Amino acid sequence: MKFQDPQERNDAMKPPTTTDNWNEVKAAAEAALPAPIVEFIADCRRREHPESHLISVLHKVQGHFGYLSAEHMDAVAQLLQVPAAKVSGVATFYHFFRLRPRGRYVINVCLGTACYVKGADKLVAKLKDELGIDFGETTSDGMFSLEASRCLGTCGLAPVVMFNDDVHPRVTPDQVPVLLQQYLDRARKAPPAAP
Amino acid sequence: MSDVKTINLTIDGTPVVAPEGTTILQAAETLGIHIPRLCYHPDLSLAGSCRVCIVEVKGMAQYMASCSVTVWEGMEVQTNSPEIRQARRDIIELLLDNHPRDCQTCERDGHCELQNLAYSHGVRERLFEGERKRFALETSGVSVVRDSEKCVLCGRCVRVCAEVQGITNLSQHGRGFHTVVTPAHGATMDESVCIQCGQCINACPTAAFLEKDHTDDVWAALANPELRVVVQTAPSIRAAIGEGFGLPPGTPCTGRMVTALRRLGFDAVFDTDLGADLTIVEESAELLRRLDGGGPLPMLTSCSPGWISFLEKFYPALIPHASTCRSPMTMLSALSKTYYAQKLGVDPSRIYMAAVMPCVAKKFEMRRPEHREADGSPMTDAVLTTREIIWMIRCYGIDFANLPEGEFDAPLGVATGAGDLFGTTGGVMEATLRTAACKLTGRAPETLEFEQVRGVLGGRWAGWREADVRIGDRTLHVGVANGLHNAKNLLDQVIEGRKKFHVIEVMACPGGCIGGGGQPYPPTGERILDPELLRLRASALYKIDAGKTLRLSHENPAVREVYETFLGEIGGAKAHELLHTSYAARLPRGVR
Repeated sequence: MKFQDPQERNDAMKPPTTTDNWNEVKAAAEAALPAPIVEFIADCRRREHPESHLISVLHKVQGHFGYLSAEHMDAVAQLLQVPAAKVSGVATFYHFFRLRPRGRYVINVCLGTACYVKGADKLVAKLKDELGIDFGETTSDGMFSLEASRCLGTCGLAPVVMFNDDVHPRVTPDQVPVLLQQYLDRARKAPPAAP
Repeated sequence: MSDVKTINLTIDGTPVVAPEGTTILQAAETLGIHIPRLCYHPDLSLAGSCRVCIVEVKGMAQYMASCSVTVWEGMEVQTNSPEIRQARRDIIELLLDNHPRDCQTCERDGHCELQNLAYSHGVRERLFEGERKRFALETSGVSVVRDSEKCVLCGRCVRVCAEVQGITNLSQHGRGFHTVVTPAHGATMDESVCIQCGQCINACPTAAFLEKDHTDDVWAALANPELRVVVQTAPSIRAAIGEGFGLPPGTPCTGRMVTALRRLGFDAVFDTDLGADLTIVEESAELLRRLDGGGPLPMLTSCSPGWISFLEKFYPALIPHASTCRSPMTMLSALSKTYYAQKLGVDPSRIYMAAVMPCVAKKFEMRRPEHREADGSPMTDAVLTTREIIWMIRCYGIDFANLPEGEFDAPLGVATGAGDLFGTTGGVMEATLRTAACKLTGRAPETLEFEQVRGVLGGRWAGWREADVRIGDRTLHVGVANGLHNAKNLLDQVIEGRKKFHVIEVMACPGGCIGGGGQPYPPTGERILDPELLRLRASALYKIDAGKTLRLSHENPAVREVYETFLGEIGGAKAHELLHTSYAARLPRGVR
């Protein structure tokens, strides 16, 4: 019986790489995110307290994809080396982060004081009824998301509803179905570009 | 002398001197004042979220959370007044308002800290009934059940998972009324990086986490005349089961436990310690092979299923270092369905093996494909935690404390003191060293007690043990870690080449199996993870070992018989088939 000397032990200490899955996990994580974000995370990792950059990384990911999927968050967790539970904990805490893709048209109803007294609540009721969704949700066909904002700064046009960047002034509940149909027609004429 | 400044203050009119940095809550404890608390735990970081521990500080406009405010010179603290008691009671009532009304049917009844607080604060009715949070019961996990309606958001599970176990599988998700503690993305426990250790169950003051119940399955097996129902008990059960029947912690209960199990109707009561002895025989042979140039070193022990999951999810590169030995439980189950079945002349499918374990991760282990028979049936049919077997014994109306001593059944009931040691941190190491010493020097070591690897480390679970153990003219450098956060620190040093070991013992839970996720809840007013409680449980095992004549695993006559009549060579083909296993990297990969 002989014991290995420390040098030999040191060599024996090096495990075969076959049981490790880090390369595959890392490659999958990098494939899930666009290259500039992968590069940004690598840059964060070179700084002190890389985990403190989690929110700015999530901002970039949402900026690119429009939302944060579990796959995106897992990729961030691995590349930034922050436990996935922390990443999704942060993402679900802040209202700014969305966990589902938004619809092609984001409907933003102004619920500021002026719009409200001019009947925005009735518009909301009609929109929810027509779309079958609540605030923060997206229709099952992926066409519309419903959101609310507090004053768009155009109180003279109250009540105001925005469809993406289009401002619709003085909308009445009767006009809601017409507006929705307009956008459905527009979508049919111009199918979304392949991603 | 220490240069820590001392602070003079008064608590409830009594002067106290405390070192700078002491919290009000700690200073009060030195006066014998136990300020009610819920989210606070001395071995975890501060959360200050429950507000139950509020006190009045003169000159401050608001009540202060005594767990997180440090003392200052001249501070005047009032822990009790009609107003403070009312405020605390309101806080407790508001927590209760958002909590199910099912104490009678709750598993934690009698051990629930919220219930205890409500009782001690005189809450006798619920005044603030209102909307209550609603979450589905998550029962899909093989080991751990999650009941978020019972969660009081104290964050102790989140902290124990991150700080003691180094997993960080749990986090608070969402905000406000809708906040819920879950793994990442609200995933089930089994889909997450959870290693199934069950420390969240221990740490929870209520019953938001529970073990998966196997008692119904075992009752059904016991009532089935077609089955021969056998049971095995892990080393640490005998050191803790008495607590469930009012016996003081640290009372060895081997004989009474065996009698109780026999009265429950088990056809044979086997000792997992024999599996532990087998593990030592196989594992020390494996160690000697590795030491003799076979490598790789250090060898890592493999008895703790939580640790094995941790290895596979967090350190897959180190898998070749792990001993290929199955756990003592699975070794004994494998032998029950082969060796024992043959001896008895019954078909293995008619043998039902229930294992009593301190561990909820064993419920996961028994379902692993590696630990199944060729036909896919599990080698172990059910895993009962210490808590579950206590319920069963109580349900049967057995007066445990006054039972006569019973003996384990042949042929899998003889075990050595070395096997008993498996229940505590350092025990697998000590048992290995005893046998390795005999094999290396040709004779038993002069003292069988390897004090260097003994003892439950206290405090915040910082650190691990390392020791140079002289065996003959050689020195083995050994490491012992319990609590996976400690294991992580130790393994990182090994990976970075800063430490070199021949063998490292890892047990997932604080203190080893005696602090397992399935052990009895501590008595009312005592705390989980309490090193004192764990030391008492460990002392029971050391007492049992010291009282045995057989204290070397390889001298176990039952083990010898198994090899001579059934297994053949140590480390041979049949031993390999039945007693060894393999590991693989598993997803999701944990972030270290």
